[in-house]
Amino acid sequence: METTALEHRFNQKIEREEKIEPKDWMPEDYRKNNIRQISQHAHSEIVGMLPEANWITRAPSLRRKVALLAKVQDEAGHGLYLYSAAETLGTDREEMIDDLHSGKAKYSSIFNYPTTTWADIGAIGWLVDGAAITNQVALCRTSYGPYARAMVKICKEESFHQRQGYEIMCAMAFGTPEQKAMAQDALNRWWWPSLMMFGPTDGDSVHSQKSMDWKIKRYSNDELRQEFVDKTVAQAEYLGLTIPDPDLTYNDETGHYSFGEIDWKEFYQVISGNGPCNKERIEARRKAHEDGAWVREAANAFAQKRANQQVA
Amino acid sequence: MSNQNWPLFEVFIRSKNGLSHKHVGSLHAADAAMAIENARDVYCRRNEGVSIWVVPSTQIVASDPEDAEALYEPAKDKIYRHPTFYTVPDEVGHM
Repeated sequence: METTALEHRFNQKIEREEKIEPKDWMPEDYRKNNIRQISQHAHSEIVGMLPEANWITRAPSLRRKVALLAKVQDEAGHGLYLYSAAETLGTDREEMIDDLHSGKAKYSSIFNYPTTTWADIGAIGWLVDGAAITNQVALCRTSYGPYARAMVKICKEESFHQRQGYEIMCAMAFGTPEQKAMAQDALNRWWWPSLMMFGPTDGDSVHSQKSMDWKIKRYSNDELRQEFVDKTVAQAEYLGLTIPDPDLTYNDETGHYSFGEIDWKEFYQVISGNGPCNKERIEARRKAHEDGAWVREAANAFAQKRANQQVA
Repeated sequence: MSNQNWPLFEVFIRSKNGLSHKHVGSLHAADAAMAIENARDVYCRRNEGVSIWVVPSTQIVASDPEDAEALYEPAKDKIYRHPTFYTVPDEVGHM
């Protein structure tokens, strides 16, 4: 079949809300766009383990510790679902990991900020996972089948992540004045980076229009950011904490909150590698990969031995 | 040697006895036994299943989407294969 005919049929499928599956014909740019987005998403899950893992050994109780361990394990799992979804598009696992380690591939800028106190673990679950869920719920309806299925599974599992974070925030916000101050400090530091998680404003977003046409993205960055702000403000008010934005006001006419200007200079600095922890994160990933080399070799040797025994 | 050559396995999970195994995703492993162990960690963290199948992805033979018309179209006009095609007198009741 001719390319134009194939493309026409592809567009019709997108139009009818039919999912695109791995073996279906797709425009090369659709494939590339999906590989880029899914692998970035996978890398974010993997790098996202690092700031939180920092606190596993210092969790204040066993209850908090098992929850944090389970959450970090989930993130490893989510990274793996996503890598395998990307692989259905013909990319290679090793290549994706190499791209992360070489700095060629991007991941969510939020994970380049440090977790300096225990309250950060609460703020991450509440805000960072809250923002991620807002984005991911929308992606459950993305047009590429394996990506959509991975998102459904991830969303089901992530709801606990946000709740455990908010529970930590509650414990601290209703605790001693010192604890409440820690909670406020964490909110102050994580609020703006969380809003940046939705990416550049619609006018400046490089990949957005094509992704929207292909229904890879279902809502624009600004729409999702607004949704997140709208649902989060009341949660902060309940905690008795102040969102660090003097321009935050409720607009009676639109029924939405309007908020202050995001520091885009900071955003672009962090995604281009100059955030507080960019180097540390990539080094930690590389080290984990290199330190794990002997495990992979041992697994190969063991698999070989098992194969030989079966032959004998 | 790295895990460069670890093959890809497709993972199928039976959520409970009485239901079929259902495809859930894929993973890399040195061999099938390791694939089962990894599948347990990656796809069964919340009581998702009681049984796991892993199949080397290279062993899956799939139909070509290009053939979809030839394969599935002919069934569409054979409505006489469905019970609703036939009329049964009301007096007879449910059949």
